[in-house]
Amino acid sequence: MIVYRYLAEVLFYALVCLTFAGGIMAVRSKMLMHAVLGLAATLFGVAGLYFHLGSPFLAMMQILIYVGAVCIIIVLGVMLGNTPDQLAAKNLTGRSLPLALLACATGFISLFVATISRTEFSPAKEKVGDMSIEFVGENLLLQYCLAFELISVILLTAIIGAIILARGGREGKTS
Amino acid sequence: MMISANLNTYLIIAAVLLVIGIYGMVQHRSLIGILISSEFILNGASLNFMAFNKFVAPNPAVGQIYALFIMGIAAAEAAIAVSIIIAVYRKYQSEDPEELQDMKL
Repeated sequence: MIVYRYLAEVLFYALVCLTFAGGIMAVRSKMLMHAVLGLAATLFGVAGLYFHLGSPFLAMMQILIYVGAVCIIIVLGVMLGNTPDQLAAKNLTGRSLPLALLACATGFISLFVATISRTEFSPAKEKVGDMSIEFVGENLLLQYCLAFELISVILLTAIIGAIILARGGREGKTS
Repeated sequence: MMISANLNTYLIIAAVLLVIGIYGMVQHRSLIGILISSEFILNGASLNFMAFNKFVAPNPAVGQIYALFIMGIAAAEAAIAVSIIIAVYRKYQSEDPEELQDMKL
């Protein structure tokens, strides 16, 4: 049984490496299509981390919604508005590398040194329920019912807004 | 002690995801690149929610529900942002954020 735990630990390291490698690929690649590929790798890695955190349901939802829907939408956006070559070449050099690195270093150090390493997070005394899908669904339909309905309204608004925005200039072009 | 069963590990991974997102937002020269970087920030946030849900929270369903809500909002945001980018591209024939100076349409 102990072998499986070490196997899970090795898999955890592999998932973290996949997440970070995808992130670096997404921000350092010249072509936008490679950036989307890096984003997809990161999303797969985060889905694996959700699995480690004890929620296979959320891991499946991550793959289904993020990798299956959001990445495909971004790929469509990349293909419809193709980036010129000069702009793509400038992607790597960027606007101001020192400023970007400074912002990242400041953010990470302030998060890590000031917050994560100092705070003592004490776990709850007693837990109600478990991580199962049944319990999630019960909470979603009883306690968080209003938020659940609002999400569906937001998605409907987004669909209608996206259609209206994307077909905006088309009549002007044909006439 | 297993490093994968530790709250701080997940918090550091989420912080690195946030930092990657900020770096990409400053670095990328196209609107779609900025959209991709914002997805990293959202993922870091929902990873934080899931980590606190596993190790700290009394009700283990709340973090999962929040992460699901973040996913729904992110899907709506990506659809809206891509359609705005397509409209901007049709108007300006460019995706460079520096050329989008005026708000006239």
